[in-house]
Amino acid sequence: MKKSIFLGTLALAGLAAGFVSAQTLDEVRARGSLSCGVSTGLAGFSMPDANGEWQGFDVAYCRAVAAAVLGDSTAVDFVPLTTQTRFTALSSGEVDVLARNTTWTFSRDVDLRLEFIGVNYYDGQGFMVPRDLGVSSALELDGATVCIQTGTTTELNLADFFSANNMSYEPVPVETNAEAQQQYLAGACDVYTTDASGLAATRATFEDPDGHVLLAEIVSKEPLGPVVRHGDSEWGDIARWTLNAMVAAEELGLTSANVGEMSAGTENPEINRMLGTEGDLGGMLGLEADWAANIISQVGNYGEVFDSNIGAATPIGLARGLNAQWTDGGLLYAPPFR
Amino acid sequence: MTAITEPPTESFRLSQLIYDTRYRSTTIQVIAFLLILLAFFWLGRNIVSNLSDLGKDFDFGFLWSRAGYDINQRLIEYSNNSTHGRAALVGILNTLLVSFLGCITATVLGVFAGVLRLSNNWIVARLMTVYVEGFRNVPLLLWIILIFALMTESTPQPRDFRGENPEASMILFDSVAVTNRGIFTPGPIWGEGSTIVIIVFLASLLGIFAFRRYAAKLQEQTGQILPVLWVSLGLFFIPAILAQLVLGSPISLEYPSLQGFNFSGGVHLRNSLIALWFALSLYTGAFIAEIVRAGIMSVSRGQTEAAFALGIKPSRTMNLVILPQAMRVIIPPLISQYLNLTKNSSLALAVGYMDVRTTLGGITVNQTGRELEGILLVGVFYLVTSLAISGVMNVYNNSIKLKER
Repeated sequence: MKKSIFLGTLALAGLAAGFVSAQTLDEVRARGSLSCGVSTGLAGFSMPDANGEWQGFDVAYCRAVAAAVLGDSTAVDFVPLTTQTRFTALSSGEVDVLARNTTWTFSRDVDLRLEFIGVNYYDGQGFMVPRDLGVSSALELDGATVCIQTGTTTELNLADFFSANNMSYEPVPVETNAEAQQQYLAGACDVYTTDASGLAATRATFEDPDGHVLLAEIVSKEPLGPVVRHGDSEWGDIARWTLNAMVAAEELGLTSANVGEMSAGTENPEINRMLGTEGDLGGMLGLEADWAANIISQVGNYGEVFDSNIGAATPIGLARGLNAQWTDGGLLYAPPFR
Repeated sequence: MTAITEPPTESFRLSQLIYDTRYRSTTIQVIAFLLILLAFFWLGRNIVSNLSDLGKDFDFGFLWSRAGYDINQRLIEYSNNSTHGRAALVGILNTLLVSFLGCITATVLGVFAGVLRLSNNWIVARLMTVYVEGFRNVPLLLWIILIFALMTESTPQPRDFRGENPEASMILFDSVAVTNRGIFTPGPIWGEGSTIVIIVFLASLLGIFAFRRYAAKLQEQTGQILPVLWVSLGLFFIPAILAQLVLGSPISLEYPSLQGFNFSGGVHLRNSLIALWFALSLYTGAFIAEIVRAGIMSVSRGQTEAAFALGIKPSRTMNLVILPQAMRVIIPPLISQYLNLTKNSSLALAVGYMDVRTTLGGITVNQTGRELEGILLVGVFYLVTSLAISGVMNVYNNSIKLKER
């Protein structure tokens, strides 16, 4: 009987993980909407606006996938996930794609059976401190109390950084960015550490953003990217080439403003192939011919999405930096549409 | 000639399994058992095939790999180079610590509130009613978060203690600092010879126990009542303090002082621990108060009247007549409350208290992706702990239950 109880418990947990290998594309089409996992609230990346509409950089990617698959960028159900629930939600099939500033690491890609389809933001872990603390370098943080989101790569980097520099610290584990913000502003921790983009986004929502500084040290590589389940390569291809289409569109000068006239046919064969006026790239993905045109007209290219959500003109004010096109000295390099 | 009628020899027929009442219940039970087995088998197969579809195996090897994360409150040696198994152990000890503290405080609170709720003093009784109903009827999670938020928002930061004219200062002769990161109190330093003091202290605890047994026996046989409380208190403090003085103060106190970003030295009671401990105690205490009240009211009024008629003082009536009888009613539901408190401590995650649910069932699961194994282990831990608590409490229950002579 002991053994059957054991198996029963296993099975109950297993039921939740059922039916994951089914064709995601067919499911999304049958449902008529895309289920997309986003963070529980990070300004500029994924946050509901005053009307309850989700807005942000990661949200835009979800909308792009919906535009490519369903032709309608509004057909998305957003599922807010914490760092603790995100992977389980994805592998159990609760969400079709996870766009939640998730760092691409070996063990997540290989051992957790996830599939990172690319990098939509090249980031690194930074530290934020109140200006009046008088700290100018992360190396002066010996003995500090640090707020840290649990279950993240930053948690592990933090431990590594402090051990490597022979410093001690007191971790204050928090579950969400909002909780971290509250603890940090109350002074329950001296330092808040997470991805530098997240720090900038969080600081932008403070009453007094100038009272806080981001320290110069970037202690890790954090390539953030959308994730799909392992084992459904067709769906993975759609997710990957959606991101590539956004990046390539910026490189080719396609914007939401001019994509309409470009769709009529241009001199550039790559644009023609991408927009479906030449060849059948959409059909190879199992999508309509105008899949990429839908992405660009309804959501915009990578640069447009970046500028309107987190770019220099927004309160978050992130520079393109590593996230510029390769032609501008950045790391964005979409493979050819051929 | 006498006719001997032999009883008809019955041969067993299959239909008897259903129509014969002698066999029917067995048949039903066997069929039900087979169905249950089948259901479990189906569930088991389902999970095995789902896991293999996901390409995951079932393996506890992760417990021996490097954890890589740090834990703030640790009762045993732990660093980020320790294993996930060790992190789980740190979490288990933290769970046990807060459950133990919570059970004790909740019992004290509950007994007081339960007795006072029966008080003839209108204000006291009503106050206790407000306490019980207030805490019983609001979810525990809200109390935990409320207490934590109050402690974080209303207390000063460590750096407010700095400078010539600090905004905040330490209390109790500069020995205790109340900050929004927790309470820093003086802690003991175990010098040479401190083991002797501890042994003396443990011996005096044994002495108290022996004296109380002797006093109870004496009272049962002769009716003579010894001053148990005063002797116990004396035994508790005097020998240990004497030993401490005679040996030249081997145990000294270390006071917290502001160094760098934080106070250091002494004992750091983190806000997460205090909030969780208080909330669990207040919440469970409200339930225990009701149990105690029910227990006292279950003892018939005649018992009190009889005791008064014999000229026994009210306080002694309570201790000698009513409570011993009430205990029989109180203990069994009290066990459930202890179990509830222990399991409710898994809400620790809300305030970042690193209990077993947060370390093994949270961070480890997240970093290794072993949801099934991790959560199973956490479940097994709570099961074992709960069974152990009810086992111990059942022993106590047997010792106080009505002895029929």
